[in-house]
Amino acid sequence: MEPIYLDHAATTPIHPEVIKAMIPALEDVYGNPSSVHHFGRRARQFLDEARRIAAKSIGAQEKEIIFTSGGTEADNLALIGTAIANQHRGNHIITTTIEHHAILDAAKYLEKRGFRITYLPVNESGQVELSALEAALSEETILVSIMTVNNETGVIQPIKEIGAILNNHLAYFHTDAVQAYGLLPLSVNDLGVDLLSVSSHKINGPKGIGFLYVKDGVTIESIQHGGQQERKKRPGTENVVGIKGFAKAIELVMIEMQDRNKRYGNYKQLFLNTLDEQTVNYQINGVHTIASIANLSFPGTNVESLLTNFDLSGIAASSGSACTAGSVEPSHVLAEMYGSANETTINSIRFSFGAANNEQQIKMAAEKVAAIVARLTKDNDIR
Amino acid sequence: MIYLDNSATTKPYNEVMESFEKVSKAFYGNPSSIHQLGIEAERLLLKAKEQMAQLLGISEQEIIFTSGGTEGNNTAIKGIALKHQARGNHIITSSIEHPSVLEACKSLEKLGFTVTYLPVNQYGLVSVDALKAAINEKTILISIMHVNNELGTIQPIKEIGEIAKQFPKLYFHVDNVQGFGKIPLNLQNSGIDLCTFSGHKIHGVKGTGMLYIKKGTAIFPLFHGGEQEFNYRSGTENLAGIVAFVKASRIILAEYNENDGKLNNLNKRLRALLDSHSSIVINSPSSYHAPHIINFSIPGLKPEVVIHALGQKGIYISTKSACSSKTPDESAVLTACGLAKDVSESALRVSLSYHNTRDDIEIFYQTLCEVLDQLIKVMR
Repeated sequence: MEPIYLDHAATTPIHPEVIKAMIPALEDVYGNPSSVHHFGRRARQFLDEARRIAAKSIGAQEKEIIFTSGGTEADNLALIGTAIANQHRGNHIITTTIEHHAILDAAKYLEKRGFRITYLPVNESGQVELSALEAALSEETILVSIMTVNNETGVIQPIKEIGAILNNHLAYFHTDAVQAYGLLPLSVNDLGVDLLSVSSHKINGPKGIGFLYVKDGVTIESIQHGGQQERKKRPGTENVVGIKGFAKAIELVMIEMQDRNKRYGNYKQLFLNTLDEQTVNYQINGVHTIASIANLSFPGTNVESLLTNFDLSGIAASSGSACTAGSVEPSHVLAEMYGSANETTINSIRFSFGAANNEQQIKMAAEKVAAIVARLTKDNDIR
Repeated sequence: MIYLDNSATTKPYNEVMESFEKVSKAFYGNPSSIHQLGIEAERLLLKAKEQMAQLLGISEQEIIFTSGGTEGNNTAIKGIALKHQARGNHIITSSIEHPSVLEACKSLEKLGFTVTYLPVNQYGLVSVDALKAAINEKTILISIMHVNNELGTIQPIKEIGEIAKQFPKLYFHVDNVQGFGKIPLNLQNSGIDLCTFSGHKIHGVKGTGMLYIKKGTAIFPLFHGGEQEFNYRSGTENLAGIVAFVKASRIILAEYNENDGKLNNLNKRLRALLDSHSSIVINSPSSYHAPHIINFSIPGLKPEVVIHALGQKGIYISTKSACSSKTPDESAVLTACGLAKDVSESALRVSLSYHNTRDDIEIFYQTLCEVLDQLIKVMR
């Protein structure tokens, strides 16, 4: 039986329309956009159109979009690129303890290069407190990087409020919007962000492509060097077909945003209701979360046996970020919310809903989860 | 339509497009996920690595998939420099490398590294003796390309590799983006520690490539994060692109074996034709040279005028490297070869694939002659 895929925050199935847009482009638009002849110009047109679509989706200008190989590269470019280009202005960077590893590990690298990093804590709801940010800001602060939506809990951060605080500060504001993009309306001007990361494969686009929004006037140093592509901020022959597919995925998600929110929110509610009907003992981690993600703690169980049993019964979920490549480690995000000794960090599962689902599947998955949790906790009682 | 710009980019093989589509649809799991869909994706990733390792005679642990040649070159050069700066701060490269190598080196100069840019002779060849003489106790990296992207000159990689072996403290990187599938390059026991490959130059898809990193060679990563690709290249793997890249590699190596001498014959014919034209100067050398690239100049004519005129007749060639086409007419590579200004400012490049035919060459030359007749008339 085809597994029920409840791991859309890790990656999403590619939309059939996206494939339809990409395959002819592979065949017909194979020119190098830097070439001056017909084939090159045609590829360039595709690129320009995609850039318009990407820019429009966040209320930006075309020249503010840099296509990258994905979210990790966009985050690295934002953090490292901004830090290096602005080190003459100060050496302090503020981020949070619950960022994706692409930010956390880039920040650690910058520490080695002499930058001072403040990692803001989060409260039990999973949110960054504005007062903590205000207290951490100093004259030396050149960059603040706070994710829009956490990838493990789905908690939505107060980006607009943070943007307003930073409006009166010289520090640039970056947000990793990889999990938010396509479900939350994001207007860079409303939010007051200077840099924003997006990944294609989280919105039913192809893997290996993403973009970084860099507000006009913000100086960043490129991580890679070479040709003149992407205004010299990201050299290398452009992944034209990937960008074409990404643009199609953006168009679709922008049209369907409300509908997807409603649909995925209904899936989440149906999932939770079904668990309630089956009187499963669970707790929701995080408050004020995005429609597609439910991070649930099952007291008396542990992640590994849960995931193994889910997998055997055809449910694909995860313990948190897939990007902690293949290992089941206690969640750093939940440890920050509840303390590292709290058993929530080792008994929580992230269910993330999306295009691969329908109501029948959700109900069936919840019933299976209920049965597995019941069995696992009963084992405990006997012991 | 005759496409003779295969060193800029190539059309994907049909089989490559099929693989790309199939994997995109059927294997959408994240290879880092530990559930069944993730495991299936990871298995396919490992299989791709296994096949690639077999094709190149290397081990799976020596393969890092990248987003392309530029990332491969940047990862290799900055990765070695930043990881091994305690050992020394000197890098040797040549003055005719691809911009992704030259600019990466320049960025390291800003961080306090010293870079020797070896000169080349009129054929674009690096002198092995000069290279040996440039090595000092602070040298940590030599980066020399296999086949030059503008001229087609083949560098003495084997000899340089032998020299590199004598200096165990330094690493040897080869940019093989233009050579792969056209000119064999042995990696085993070659003295080569790192080697860059690109997908879209071998009829794969854009946004894909590979860096060979010899076992025991440590590098500092360009991207930090989820620790994919042995922590040398974080980020969710572009699985469909990777499978397409490996497929393209397999096919182009088979095409190399099946088309023994084809490119050489096309090259010979084209050279003879170009040579017979009084207004044309051939820049590509006749020996130490890859047959798929022929660079020539028409002194006095702006190259983009010729390209435009040919383009109107459905024939596509290029000026120089697509990656530096935004800069004025002058080719930095030809200038480094010591060629006269009127030659280095009027260079054109024809680059072949195994799918070009003798007819393509004849029609190209005939059309070029017509175009030149018209243009030269107008100028007079």
